[in-house]
Amino acid sequence: MLLVVYLPLLIPALAAVAARPLAARLEPRQGTWVLTVAAVALAGCSTVALALLAASAVAQVPVLADLGHYSQSVIHRHDPTSAVAGAVAAVVLTLAAAAVAVAFRHRARALAESYRRAARLNDDGTVVVQRGAAVEAYALPGWPGRIVVSGRLLEALDEPGRAALLAHERAHLAGRHHLFTTVAHLAAAANPVLLPVARAVDYTVERWADEHAARVIGDRRLVAVTIGRVAMLATPGRLPAATLGMVRAGSRRVSLAWAGPVPRRVAALLGPPPRSRMLLLAAAVLIVLLTGASAVEAARDLHALLELAQAGH
Amino acid sequence: MHQEGPGHPSAEHPEPRRPSGSLEAEVLAVLRAAGAPLTPGQVRERLDARQRAELAYSTVVTIVSRLHAKGLLARERAGRGFAYTPVDDASLAAGQMNRALDRGADHDAVLTRFVSGLSGRDARLLRDLLDAGEDGG
Repeated sequence: MLLVVYLPLLIPALAAVAARPLAARLEPRQGTWVLTVAAVALAGCSTVALALLAASAVAQVPVLADLGHYSQSVIHRHDPTSAVAGAVAAVVLTLAAAAVAVAFRHRARALAESYRRAARLNDDGTVVVQRGAAVEAYALPGWPGRIVVSGRLLEALDEPGRAALLAHERAHLAGRHHLFTTVAHLAAAANPVLLPVARAVDYTVERWADEHAARVIGDRRLVAVTIGRVAMLATPGRLPAATLGMVRAGSRRVSLAWAGPVPRRVAALLGPPPRSRMLLLAAAVLIVLLTGASAVEAARDLHALLELAQAGH
Repeated sequence: MHQEGPGHPSAEHPEPRRPSGSLEAEVLAVLRAAGAPLTPGQVRERLDARQRAELAYSTVVTIVSRLHAKGLLARERAGRGFAYTPVDDASLAAGQMNRALDRGADHDAVLTRFVSGLSGRDARLLRDLLDAGEDGG
């Protein structure tokens, strides 16, 4: 088999590096779709490549060559895949299958638990107010999905802030955002190199909901301030005392290179609304297609090789 | 070993002392049968006559406090003391499960929280961003 089989194993690394910049630049809805589809496609292609490597190593086993009526020496002559690479591929493939099974079970249970809990909250409305001291707000997928907000958080926000919070969570439920993150994380279980892509999907669904809230409320800045306020409330004690009263004098430009999701979301909302970036989108799609093509090419290589070997028997 | 109450010198009772475990089991059985919170005094009244003679009030208090410390009894204020109810296994398990859920053990994977936690650095960044936005807007 030619070296093309290694391409689907290398491109996910490229995608991992590109995921965060892409998530920051693509329009959130498009970004979510592209990154999720890319994660699945790349995980699929890298799995196929591993399977092909493993298969070509298996094909070099003499007993199997006799059984399959093909020439083992022809394969050995034409295939640069070493038995070691094939064996490694087989082991990695097995581990990946196990990882996907575990991740699938975990996610399925989580979803089932979420549906159960959503059904148990027998309030009439979508919004469920939780008692207790926690500052908490989340969308609970279910039938119907619920929005759980702690009473303390509702008290801390004014009316427009509450509207922004609820619009954000409604967007999560309406857009079934948990399905995107679930699918992306399953892909990352199959190929852990894709984990940054799955994390980027976690981020773009938040941005998607933020932009939805901004459209509903008609005020991007209000949504940004609400996110900031809730984040500060939710992490008491983590605020360095100096920041509370500090007046910024020097640098107005804030570097977001290593920032967590909350400051990046706030910065995005304080900036102009996202435009759809067709060129970037096309580039991302092209890379995924290239990966698919190289996986198909590698499969055809193996097929041709086996036919050759059968003829040479 | 558990100490007998002061009003009951063991010389009055020829029987050998029973291990504290069995006393705990009996007290627990009384509380389970009661179906309502009981004070140590009420527990003592419900023990059969022979045991009542054997166990001082203060001993019953010791036993229920020990059971409470083990998490087998729940207690509520009743006058100057406490009334105790058994924590049955089912509710014990349910309580632990709810706590685990509230900590977000299982369904967390599919929840989309409004905000994730902030690191100290993120908090500073956020403050800078919002301050800068204030000036600009």
